[in-house]
Amino acid sequence: MVVVGGGHAGCEAAHAAWRLGAKTLLVTQKIEGIGALSCNPAIGGIGKGHIVREIDALDGLMARVADRSGIQFRLLNRSKGPASQGPRTQADRDLYRHAMQAALAAATGLKVLVGEVIDLDIRANAPVNVLLAAGTTIHCRAVVLTTGTFLRGVIHIGHEQHAAGRLGDRSSTRLAERIDDLGLPLGRLKTGTPPRLDGRTIDWGRLGLQHADEDATMFSFLSERPTARQVACGVTETNERTHSVIRANLGASALCGGGIRGVGPRYCPSIEDKILRFPEKGTHRVILEPEGLSTDAVYPNGISTSLPPSIQETFIRTMEGLENAALLQPGYAVEYDYVDPRALDSRLALKVAPSLFLAGQINGTTGYEEAAGQGLVAGLNAAAWVLEREPVVFDRSTAYIGVMIDDLVTNGASEPYRMFTSRAEYRLELRADNADRRLTPLGLRIGVVSARRRRSFERKMVAIQRVKVVAQRIKATPKHADALGLRMSADGVQRTLEDLLGAEGLTVQMLASHVPEFRDAPSEAVQQVVNDALYAPYLARQTLDIARLRRDEAVELPSDLDYEAMPGLSRELREKLGRVQPRTLAQAGRIEGMTPAALTMLLLRLRAGTALGKPR
Amino acid sequence: MAVVRISGPSANAAALALAGSLPEERKAAVRTLSDPATGEVIDEALVIRFGSPRSFTGEDVVELQVHGSPAVLRLVSEALGEMQGLRPAMAGEFTRRALQQGRLDLGQVEGLGDLLTAETDAQHRQAIRQLRGGTGALAKGWRDRLVEVAAQVAAMIDFADEEVPQTPGASLKILGEVAEEMAAEIRGSRVAERLRDGFEVALVGPPNVGKSSLINRLACRETALVTEVPGTTRDVLEVRLDLEGLLVTVLDMAGLHAATDRVEQLGMERARSRAAMADLRIFLLEDTAQMTGLGVAFLEGDLQVLAKADLRESAEGAVSGTTGAGVTALLQRIGGIFGQRAAGAGTASRERHRHAITQARAEVLEAAEAFDHGEKALEIGAEHIRRALSALDELAGAVTVDRMLDAIFAKFCLGK
Repeated sequence: MVVVGGGHAGCEAAHAAWRLGAKTLLVTQKIEGIGALSCNPAIGGIGKGHIVREIDALDGLMARVADRSGIQFRLLNRSKGPASQGPRTQADRDLYRHAMQAALAAATGLKVLVGEVIDLDIRANAPVNVLLAAGTTIHCRAVVLTTGTFLRGVIHIGHEQHAAGRLGDRSSTRLAERIDDLGLPLGRLKTGTPPRLDGRTIDWGRLGLQHADEDATMFSFLSERPTARQVACGVTETNERTHSVIRANLGASALCGGGIRGVGPRYCPSIEDKILRFPEKGTHRVILEPEGLSTDAVYPNGISTSLPPSIQETFIRTMEGLENAALLQPGYAVEYDYVDPRALDSRLALKVAPSLFLAGQINGTTGYEEAAGQGLVAGLNAAAWVLEREPVVFDRSTAYIGVMIDDLVTNGASEPYRMFTSRAEYRLELRADNADRRLTPLGLRIGVVSARRRRSFERKMVAIQRVKVVAQRIKATPKHADALGLRMSADGVQRTLEDLLGAEGLTVQMLASHVPEFRDAPSEAVQQVVNDALYAPYLARQTLDIARLRRDEAVELPSDLDYEAMPGLSRELREKLGRVQPRTLAQAGRIEGMTPAALTMLLLRLRAGTALGKPR
Repeated sequence: MAVVRISGPSANAAALALAGSLPEERKAAVRTLSDPATGEVIDEALVIRFGSPRSFTGEDVVELQVHGSPAVLRLVSEALGEMQGLRPAMAGEFTRRALQQGRLDLGQVEGLGDLLTAETDAQHRQAIRQLRGGTGALAKGWRDRLVEVAAQVAAMIDFADEEVPQTPGASLKILGEVAEEMAAEIRGSRVAERLRDGFEVALVGPPNVGKSSLINRLACRETALVTEVPGTTRDVLEVRLDLEGLLVTVLDMAGLHAATDRVEQLGMERARSRAAMADLRIFLLEDTAQMTGLGVAFLEGDLQVLAKADLRESAEGAVSGTTGAGVTALLQRIGGIFGQRAAGAGTASRERHRHAITQARAEVLEAAEAFDHGEKALEIGAEHIRRALSALDELAGAVTVDRMLDAIFAKFCLGK
């Protein structure tokens, strides 16, 4: 199988397919593009960090590579509940790229080819031909396209525009035409990036600083500590002068001047957007993120813009500490086409071409982590397709990746899709801290997990089990409660230590110092048991919901179900069902506007059809 | 008669809690149902169990055949609704479960299909009618404010590294207000149900005090629209009156006294519990000392009326079924009492709605408690808000994540 593109989706797809045992080739336009952090130099965050952990649980690359290149690890929401916490790091661009290239090179048998894919020949149930610009044709059984913003990508800097993918990449028009031939529904999106500053021209002494955590929280379950030096970010903010410069020049901005019709992400607005939409806000925070240890480039997070370069420089110099800042590269906006992901099934293959998989920005998502998560799913499933194995489907109750894929294929993306923990109805269960417990067993079952990870995982599971047993055996005494600062109700009910673990504010350190039996237990195992206990009352209720979900997931809807002919459904629902072609009853239930009565109707028709022996 | 069907893994446990003991599968038996929380007797019912998979839904099913009075049904469904893991069935849900368990054959499926189409239309019309009214508007108001809270909390969790105010103070205030409004609606909904199904008035008194002649007098009044309904038990007779637009059912209880006969004792027990459930009790007495022997409590708002006005020297405050003296005044008093209650009526008229609002309110209160702990339990509070919103789904329509994101981005300037 062939993976087209060496970005986050492509790398993860190729490596996953290779782990599953497919003969895999990664085609990229240039070797330096592999693992490039093309926008902000950071990995993870809340929701995004969860995805990175899930990729790691299946032995994917992003977590390990981020750990190798992280220069400022911070656990976000550290003071909030464990289900809210997400790991994040600033990453050194060069270290990241090199670590990614090294990880691919270490995968014996995984081939990387520099070349430009200009055409695909896809026919049902036949091998796919991939045509390269150099004239070569590659025969394969499945293709994963991870081409980012290449579909009619246009870069805007002020009123200047030129066709391109990311800055410096070419955009391939013939491949775009081939996608057009498939008759897929397309939409248009935009995104932007800020200018890059020369760190030597920033007056760091006058800026607030944001430091790394003392005890770094790593992404990979196999990493122990950072290997790169940790650095701080600077913090400054816009002011009234900044805003007046921008307001006076709004007409020159591509994002606001009407030159762009794509829909932009609301959670990644340009500074022009921010000032227009929130005129009452006098300042906006700007974080000055070093792009690496061996470069002076600085990424000013918070001021993505498409104003002309001279105006960018003017407004940047109104900010404290940036009075003399020099621009290394101007900010710009990119506008591009994406494929409506409702055209995909939950393997991320096109419904009209089941051996062609799409992953990443081409599906209307934004973010490295979202792209990598899709790459993993597309890579595993393309490999499963080639090897004639069962599809690897993630569901909403076990992974953020499952939430993302289901959201995309069911409801599409009306703006660039980014992960938030609020998208997950099972947030309390889908934590960054237990990603391995949720997904590594799946990885072991399908055989994509290394022996080293398996051993480490099994050791951890045994330790957790041991802590649980101890906690269940020890009778909780008022002395325990006192030592741990908890109140124990004097109702005469005999409690065990496990019953006390769910108490709010209880830390592993407290347990270790006051309960002798826990003194020698691995702290990560104790933490797991404490976290489980904290959410146990909610998980019991969620288990019922999940059981209901699973039952509805088990009812498969044939792809040729004739919704038009189905009585008792509104025209709107008939139209939506026809477009989404839900795979299961549960997925049908998540279509906006679906009612319980309509679901029963669906089930009824399905049963009637099955009983008659014709699934129509 | 009315049949209450309980289906699912907890069906037997729930029925057991109500009935004390259960008959063998597929054998009908009479059991006394009482509220597990209070021990109060609700009704005598015919109880039938169907074990999984040999039942309509394919799950464990218990059917309770109870007397069809609104009060009995209300008490049974309330008692069930308060049990852990039980909730009122959704429209067509039994059919759906039966389908999922493969319990229906093709002929049944085809037949049900037509029925369901018709039912869906009917439900749709009904839902629109209800949602146009007060409940829908109220529930939408709650939903919108809960979405606002959910958005605030989601922003605090998902945009923690941005400039989001990290104080749930405003949210706590909103939650308090919503919970208060929900409580008011739950209180009012009882009355709303009465508007639809009628108020019940129990006529209570010792034997031979003149209850039957008063009932007959009521039944013959020309101003009252009278439908005589056969009594649900031989111990209680019902007369329905249209009292100035309010439907009122007057229950004529067997004379209450200390009985020695066992059959009579049983009848008396039923009459007493029925009287206790009525919306209003009229104690018809020859003198007030007779109150003590009746075994029915006088509750706030109940009436004491002196009997046999025609045999008294002063007919002041007394009635007589024989002559009709004082009857008009009595009816006016009853009409006045119910009229006042009706004025405070909420608009949620269905048990399902009340159940939904009760659930939503419990979640709102829990959310408030979680937020009270500061940022430590934000995600737990968010989970309660999510559940409160999903409890309101049926009344106000489902809330999608996108709707919440809209609220977030309208309020905060986020993103870098």
